[in-house]
Amino acid sequence: MASASFSDDSRFGLRRQARLVGPLRLDSGVSLDPVDIAYETYGQMHADRSNVILICHALTGDQYVASDHPVTGKPGWWWRLVGEGKPVDPTRHFIVCANVIGSCMGSSGPASLDPATGEPHAMRFPVITIADMVRAQAMLLDHLGVDRLHAVIGGSMGGMQALSWPTLYPDRVERCIVIASTARHSAQNIAFHEVGRQAIMADPHWRGGDYYADGAIPSAGLAVARMAAHITYLSEAGLTEKFGRRLQGRDAKTFGFDADFQVESYLRHQGLSFVERFDANSYLYITRAMDYYDIAEDHGGSLARAFAASKARFCLVSFDTDWLYPTAESRMIVHALNASGAQASFVELSSPFGHDAFLLECPELNRVVDGFLKGGRA
Amino acid sequence: MSLRPDLALIARTVTPGARILDVGCGDGALMAALRDSKQVDARGLEIDPHNVAAAVARGLSVVQGDADTDLVYYPEASFDYAILSQTLQTTRRPDRVVEELLRIGRQAFVSFPNFAHWRGRLSLFWGGRMPVTRLLPDTWYDTLNIHHVTVDDFRALVEDRGWTIDGQWFLKGDRETTHANANLFAEHAVFLLRK
Repeated sequence: MASASFSDDSRFGLRRQARLVGPLRLDSGVSLDPVDIAYETYGQMHADRSNVILICHALTGDQYVASDHPVTGKPGWWWRLVGEGKPVDPTRHFIVCANVIGSCMGSSGPASLDPATGEPHAMRFPVITIADMVRAQAMLLDHLGVDRLHAVIGGSMGGMQALSWPTLYPDRVERCIVIASTARHSAQNIAFHEVGRQAIMADPHWRGGDYYADGAIPSAGLAVARMAAHITYLSEAGLTEKFGRRLQGRDAKTFGFDADFQVESYLRHQGLSFVERFDANSYLYITRAMDYYDIAEDHGGSLARAFAASKARFCLVSFDTDWLYPTAESRMIVHALNASGAQASFVELSSPFGHDAFLLECPELNRVVDGFLKGGRA
Repeated sequence: MSLRPDLALIARTVTPGARILDVGCGDGALMAALRDSKQVDARGLEIDPHNVAAAVARGLSVVQGDADTDLVYYPEASFDYAILSQTLQTTRRPDRVVEELLRIGRQAFVSFPNFAHWRGRLSLFWGGRMPVTRLLPDTWYDTLNIHHVTVDDFRALVEDRGWTIDGQWFLKGDRETTHANANLFAEHAVFLLRK
């Protein structure tokens, strides 16, 4: 099938949803069936299907990589990298971005309905892994008729998926771009996630995850989880520059527990706005998936072995102020890729913005991604 | 785009289709030339992030890293040539770096400015000052060169370690010059070594 019938093919376009026939066999041993995937595609697939780029989103991201968010109205979360005239360009590339399973923007997750009962899965949804998310993406690509990826790209948790792709499907990936990410979750990463999960589960509205019926959601717990996590996305220097010790809308300290400081007010706002667009149980499931993530562990303890079968070219980017997934994590991946003989590029870019830098203005990141996508033999 | 003379010399000598690792590859000029003219499978290691970004942006596989610490992560004999051009004198342990090059590559190109060139000698002898010349344009306090080396120093190291010299070239300006009295007259030396 050529791309001729493209425009009237309902599989392609914005705000798509597919019910894929499973079962999807999960790492936990449980099967998921059916598998719903909400996704978007941009651009036209070449007749030889050589221009497909899969974009993987981060923990609280979604499929709206380059179109306005239906809840917040904000522009696509990676509009700086994806769009006309950008390194990932719908006039040249066929771009796919799918909501990960376990999430809450239309793909199968704890908030979606269990077809067997008609009720939300809640905590009866099976525990998933990063590899499970990738397997679900592969099912979607099968559905779209895509056999090979020109590139898979992701930052943060999206980078974990991108890096997992060539280990699970070595023949389906030509280029792999991993930004501000890691090959395994560290003890510190797990620790921060556990704080968030405990905040959610300590909220009396959580009720073992069965909070969907009456609208009383564990918003306080989820907001605290978001606040704690948000700190890890920023840098100390960035926070100091943005807020310092400045007070919020007042001239003096109140000697109380109101949000005296701007940074407190900012974090509270981050927490409150987050609960409007994200499901608390999804937050539990996805952070769990990240904590279980360790590519080397899945390959007998050898990260290099994980990439042995892959012919992909790799590009890794870290940021000097990112202490969530610091440069050392990317270096560890690069060393493994060198040892496996893979074609690898790596650069640490400078940014004041900490982990969040991958989503923010960074011309050098765009140059690197653009050059990497255009260069080299496939 | 014309290559620096020592790089042009290396580019001429490399066999087509070879696998090379360019250590201290800068913005990837040599790698790009070798890829385009000799279909070489080139990888690079470079310490400066702006250079790495520039090299990756031209489609090259370059890793940001330090020759002193990161060569150990490359497997044995994984390249036909390991290339170290104008970087030897900036490493903390040049001897160990060359040792690593010869472990990783079947052969290694090493090029460096010759500190015993007569102009430098004159500057030191008559002026009593560290030489600042066309080839060594920085002052002693801001130069990246922390291990100045002469042609004869390098030959002594090669002999001491029992490495084999497969080729040697000497440059004066942009032109190749004679082997005779290279230690005095060559501004630049290029050695091709193997273990």
